[in-house]
Amino acid sequence: MPHRDAAYNLARWILRGRAQAEDVTQEAFLRAYRSFGAFQTGNARAWLLQIVRNCCFTWLQQNHVAEEMTEFDEQTMPPKTEDPESLAMATYDRERLQRALEDLPAHFREIIVLRELEGCSYKEIAAITTRPIGTVMSALARARQQLRTLLTEPVPKGASRDL
Amino acid sequence: MTCDLSQTRLHAYFDGELDAMGAAEFERHLESCPDCETRLAAEEKLRSALAGAQLYARAPENLRKNLLISLPKAAVPPPLKDPKPSAAESWRWLAIAASVILALLLGTQYMEKLNRHLQQQAMAAVIVDAHLRSLQPGHLEDVISTDQHTVKPWFDGKIDFAPPVRDFANDGFPLVGGRLDVLEGRSAAALVYGRRKHIVNVFVTKTQPGDASDRSGELQGYHWVAWQQNGFTFTAVSDTAYADLDQLKQLFLAP
Repeated sequence: MPHRDAAYNLARWILRGRAQAEDVTQEAFLRAYRSFGAFQTGNARAWLLQIVRNCCFTWLQQNHVAEEMTEFDEQTMPPKTEDPESLAMATYDRERLQRALEDLPAHFREIIVLRELEGCSYKEIAAITTRPIGTVMSALARARQQLRTLLTEPVPKGASRDL
Repeated sequence: MTCDLSQTRLHAYFDGELDAMGAAEFERHLESCPDCETRLAAEEKLRSALAGAQLYARAPENLRKNLLISLPKAAVPPPLKDPKPSAAESWRWLAIAASVILALLLGTQYMEKLNRHLQQQAMAAVIVDAHLRSLQPGHLEDVISTDQHTVKPWFDGKIDFAPPVRDFANDGFPLVGGRLDVLEGRSAAALVYGRRKHIVNVFVTKTQPGDASDRSGELQGYHWVAWQQNGFTFTAVSDTAYADLDQLKQLFLAP
């Protein structure tokens, strides 16, 4: 099955759990199969990932996952400035990165995963998330900044989620 | 941070999404702006940390099995020759049904396209293998030079064509060296470029009838982009972003 890893990886990070990611990936593949008529030519990966992320957000809504679900809006979320000292303090071990990425709002999580883990271009991310490219660009800048902020915060007590 | 330049410009540059002119303009700005330099370094650090942390979650075997079972169920059941097929035979039919669905998933209704896809996957496997092989210690380059005028003559007599060797250091792709390689039984000139902390292999072969033109794909986290130009087939492969490989392709295509 092509793009199986890409689909699962995106679901795993949006949903923050393996079992949910398996269920939702399977559902997304079924949905993709049933609606393949709507897909003619072009980027099969982007088309499939768009279905996956839609299934993920539906799942989050249906399961009332308590998290920030509001769409990224540049007007209400103006960029903050970072000072170089805090940049230097960020720690980057695997556990911290995993936790910080999971602590990002869902719409930031997906954009970091698509760009940094999946290597998608801006154009692909715009297609997958059905947002204008300009919004993708500002959301990505904000997501990276917030990720770094989370990495500079003191480590909270508590068990880490499994990967 | 006092720089007025829009933040998104820096990210677009960092992600290789600016065109050549935009990138050159930003690089000029960078020379005189320590703020942007610091920010860019911070982005680099975050990216290499994310890449190094191996956060990519591959699909578990379980999911593959479940898809093989559930997708054919959603399809029309395949006709069975034997009224009482053995278990092994059922599995074979499931596999065939799954590959038909694979073709459908790619948006193709014709087996011809499936074949082309499978050929492409096979080609991707060969390219990614060659790329991985080259990354083993001591295998990357036979001639180490950042000078295209050293690398180009090195191929003379070693290979039956003169590959176009160009250095794109000014565009962020410094030439590292070259070596000889064999791809699917054909001799290839491998040009090695650096891209930030990544290595890009560009395989150059003489174009033959049936060579796929202008293709790209992904395998095991490696991206590849293929194109044809002046009778040569170029295939760039790396673990860097698609956008980077596309930029390199445009550099080759530019006069």
